[in-house]
Amino acid sequence: MSAAVLVVPTGTANLASVEAALARAGHAATRTVDPDAVRRAERVVLPGVGTFAAAMDRLLRGGLAEALVERIADDRPTLAICVGMQVLARASEESPGVDGLGVFPVTVRRFDGGVRVPQIGWNVIQPEDAPREPGWVYFANSYAMFDPPGDGWRLAWATHGRRFVAAASRGAVLACQFHPELSGRYGADRIERWLGRGAA
Amino acid sequence: MSARRILPCLDVDAGRVVKGIRFQGLRDAGDPRERALLYQDQGADEIVVLDVSATPQGRDHGVEVTRRIRDALSIPLTVGGGVRTADDAARLLDSGADKVALNTAAVLDPALLDRLAARFGAQCTILAVDARATSPGRYEVVVRSGRDGTGRDVVDWTREATARGAGEILLTSWDRDGTREGYDLDLIRAVASAVEVPVIASGGADRIEHFRDALDAGADAVLAASVFHDGNWTVSSVKQALLASGIEVRP
Repeated sequence: MSAAVLVVPTGTANLASVEAALARAGHAATRTVDPDAVRRAERVVLPGVGTFAAAMDRLLRGGLAEALVERIADDRPTLAICVGMQVLARASEESPGVDGLGVFPVTVRRFDGGVRVPQIGWNVIQPEDAPREPGWVYFANSYAMFDPPGDGWRLAWATHGRRFVAAASRGAVLACQFHPELSGRYGADRIERWLGRGAA
Repeated sequence: MSARRILPCLDVDAGRVVKGIRFQGLRDAGDPRERALLYQDQGADEIVVLDVSATPQGRDHGVEVTRRIRDALSIPLTVGGGVRTADDAARLLDSGADKVALNTAAVLDPALLDRLAARFGAQCTILAVDARATSPGRYEVVVRSGRDGTGRDVVDWTREATARGAGEILLTSWDRDGTREGYDLDLIRAVASAVEVPVIASGGADRIEHFRDALDAGADAVLAASVFHDGNWTVSSVKQALLASGIEVRP
């Protein structure tokens, strides 16, 4: 096993699937809500299921929010998954009045347009640029970002009624609306790439 | 739109996969971990584990089976059976389930759905409904493996459950379950048109047309057990046939 990856429990997330995926990639996982540990750790995963407000409530206690924003600004290896990605936005329709971390200057919105909500299942992710390959990944979400989340982020898109941001990466930071830990071989490759090079 | 899904189901009794007709006459069908990994390799979109023996005394079986499967499984895992409280659900999620299915407990205490959705999110909270036809186009919710009627209308109940926060409906036709006569298409149409959340059709799969007809009737996913356990179909052969008839599934 290589160096432990620090997993931040947001109180609502089921972490077992993320930890199992890290273990399959050869990395033990350690859980912590200590902001200093989050600042120092080589690699941090911010998983998330549950609601935007519940996740933010946990992150605002004890300075986790600032520690995460600092890591991302400093381009330290950080992987945000599903609601973990959504809390990087400024706000969400899911929880009006609750501020997100504001890394992405956009608002997370609900799917519409005659599709099933939540989106539960596999969808094709289309990276904007080579060398990334399209592939099938697993989503479980009612909300998503529909606008490009600012400059400098490489994006991958998927469509469920409307086109939405399926992943955004910049340097060592990877934010996935899909669940790489549940996305079979493609997801495992994505996690291994993030672990291996620190690059997203 | 996300693709339609094929979900092999493992009915687990005391740590072993079993199969039977209308929840009766259970026969052994192997080790749940081996089965789950086999179906993952065949291209299953998720694995569903229903602990058919779950009792308050036996609920650790579900946790143990979940943990054993999770270690190796890199696709979603839904676990149901014996979930009576939000803490029961938390135990299963902590051991590696991604979604939890509620059945009888939700009928007895519908607010349990609100509590689970608030704590874990709608996408974690599945309502499992066993439906029995009472008259043409009418279905009654039955519980305790079909032994008890509830007097509740299935369409009304699925509407209420999704309003309370259920993010998916696992819809089993009690009349068709284990019979291999095909999914109950009227039941699927009735529920799929009544709710916004995805509907998983269950009960009656045998031939390839059954899968196709259920998806055409509005199901987002089809669940089957015996046809996969007996080797009549592999998940990949079902998917190839569906793709050939123009239904989008993950190849």
